[in-house]
Amino acid sequence: MARMTAKILVVDDDPAVAEMLGIVLRGDGFETVFCDHGDEAVGAFRSTSPDVILLDLMLPGKSGIDICREIRSESGVPIIMLTAKSETVDVVLGLESGADDYIPKPFKPRELIARVRARLRRNDNATPAVVRVGDLEIDVTGHRVTRDGELIPLTPLEFDVLVTLARSPGQVFTREVLLEDVWGYRHAADTRLVNVHIQRLRAKVEKDPENPEIIVTVRGVGYKAGGVGS
Amino acid sequence: MRLTARSLWANLARGPRRAWRRFRGSLLLRVVATTTIIGLTAVIAIGAIISTQIRDGLVQTRVDRILAETARDAASAQQNVEASTAESPGDLQQLVYDLLDGLSTLGGNTRGLVLLRDPSNTSGVLLSTPVTSTELVEVISPEMREAVQTGTTQPWQYVELPDTGEPGMVVGVPFSIRVAGDYELYFVYSLADEQSTLSLIQRVLLGGAVALMVLLALLTLQVTRQTVRPVRQAARVASRLAEGILSERMSVRGQDEMATLARTFNEMAESLQRQITRMEELSRLQRRFVSDVSHELRTPLTTIRMASDVLHDAREDFPPEVSRSAELLNTQIDRFESLLADLLEISRIDAGAAQLEFDDMSLADVVRDQVEAMSPAARREGIEMRLWVAKGDHVASMDRPRVARIVRNLLSNAIEHAQRRPVDVVVASSKRAVAVVVRDYGIGLTPQQAQRVFDRFWRADAARARTMGGTGLGLSIAREDAQLHGGRLEAWGLPGKGASFRLQLPRTSRGLGQDPPLPLVIAELDYASIAERVPLDQDRREVAP
Repeated sequence: MARMTAKILVVDDDPAVAEMLGIVLRGDGFETVFCDHGDEAVGAFRSTSPDVILLDLMLPGKSGIDICREIRSESGVPIIMLTAKSETVDVVLGLESGADDYIPKPFKPRELIARVRARLRRNDNATPAVVRVGDLEIDVTGHRVTRDGELIPLTPLEFDVLVTLARSPGQVFTREVLLEDVWGYRHAADTRLVNVHIQRLRAKVEKDPENPEIIVTVRGVGYKAGGVGS
Repeated sequence: MRLTARSLWANLARGPRRAWRRFRGSLLLRVVATTTIIGLTAVIAIGAIISTQIRDGLVQTRVDRILAETARDAASAQQNVEASTAESPGDLQQLVYDLLDGLSTLGGNTRGLVLLRDPSNTSGVLLSTPVTSTELVEVISPEMREAVQTGTTQPWQYVELPDTGEPGMVVGVPFSIRVAGDYELYFVYSLADEQSTLSLIQRVLLGGAVALMVLLALLTLQVTRQTVRPVRQAARVASRLAEGILSERMSVRGQDEMATLARTFNEMAESLQRQITRMEELSRLQRRFVSDVSHELRTPLTTIRMASDVLHDAREDFPPEVSRSAELLNTQIDRFESLLADLLEISRIDAGAAQLEFDDMSLADVVRDQVEAMSPAARREGIEMRLWVAKGDHVASMDRPRVARIVRNLLSNAIEHAQRRPVDVVVASSKRAVAVVVRDYGIGLTPQQAQRVFDRFWRADAARARTMGGTGLGLSIAREDAQLHGGRLEAWGLPGKGASFRLQLPRTSRGLGQDPPLPLVIAELDYASIAERVPLDQDRREVAP
């Protein structure tokens, strides 16, 4: 489970939005830290070590995309983008730079809280503790994925996607089901989230991402864990 | 390979048909062919006239000369006979021989002579009739003889000479010999010289005609090529322009009409390029504006939204007026938000900035998701949603969020107007298209209303209560979305009978085709025969591996 009071770093340059976010998050029992400038965001992350980052994409100074990339290079901390744009390019760019999820502005506070909680939730109550898919060994409790004893670094979200698929080998997951299971969406939402993260995950765990063996696409339906019995 | 009559015919017809298509397709070929055919006809006609004239002239001269010659010779022979004093048959016979010898020598031995006894000659003196050659007798036709006997002046006739087959002519004259009575004298001339002269002339003419034809064809080819080349170049450049290569231009050479064509063409391309660049610039600005507006409006709206929700959640603690105000604020912010979203969406589509991400998926799944999401709201209104899915996989390439939005818009529109009657949703597909029909049995639309139902902000009845709180843009966006897919969205309605909307999406790059998978209007009783009823439930996890 998450710490009793999870700490959330809010990076947004609009003071009204930031203040309102603070009110909503604190109202739900979170601890909040603020940052209103792009250049200070990474420093704020390092000094506060938050449990979740809410990151606006349009910031003075360094852009949200760059911040996202920089933080991702040193940490797997859940990042949720807040974006006033909903163009595919912006969203995909944000997700590809390492964000786990995104919430288009304007959003309902309840929706925001649900997403934050989904990012804080962990697949801890797992049995069995070790799952195998193909030649990968997934230590669910230890949050480690290894191939031939070699550690493959995954972000918590990528880990969740992989474990969700690997626990039901051969079962096809539609993008909608994955969105519900991993991201905590209650209604079908943006399936690009799934596509982008599956690509990122494949880049890390597949020997040949062009011909995936671990995460197999089922045309017209979704994805499933492959390599069973191999 | 099995050959049916039809395929055999198709195979046979292919060759000529291909040639015909090629002929139709090439201006060059057509012009050359036409010119050659017309030229050939003209040359043949002219050649025929010329050679006839030459022949007539040539032969006529000869005929005239022969006639004059024979008249003169016959007269002198007749005189000789009359001047002779021969009385006995022997002397007469000798006289005839001498005469014919003389005539033969006089003609330079080039003409044949035939002397025949007139059948009406009753004289007792019988002379043997000498001939140059016995075969010559055959060429004297009975008509000829009759003409001579009846006293026609100098009858003549073309004949074919028996030994050589050459053309010739026969001239006949009556010839009376004292005591021995009436005879007929025939001169047989060969026209072989004239024939060979004529053949020579014809050969020369033919050679000239062939040379002329070749020259004509080459000339036409060259001239046409000169004319067609710029046209072809223009066509090529135009097609490149159509492909979007706007910098493509024709080469301008010289000052002639073709150069003018090229220049005008280039000016057109220039102005086209300017226009398109301008449009692109406008579209870019528009997109930018939409993006900016979207950002600028959404940032304060985010705060308002959150603040309103906080107030709304805490409304229990407020006095009734304030509490109601918080509720109103909240619902109207919802409405404002969807209106803003729709407006931005439609201006994005207008600016050509809509981006689609295609994925192969089943329309039945998308529809089912939407129907299941909407059915609780419908049930609250007392409306039963019935989903029917025909056999097949109904997979097409689509942008899921957009198609889901179209279906959502159709469903909420149906629920809004269903008047507590059921709503039928049916999915089917054909080879080329997938389709969904959403049918309600509520207030319905007049045909005029069905025409306008996709217009922006149009409402069938301005005063009508809006339970679903539509923005008035939903159906317009739905139609735009359908068109972005290369699909079609159509409406039908009858007052009191309900309305029906059909969405078709293409399955291939060849478009929708002529036969929609579903009729636009389906009678309530027919659904079971078209498709199978799918029970609605919330559990979508059971997907077969």
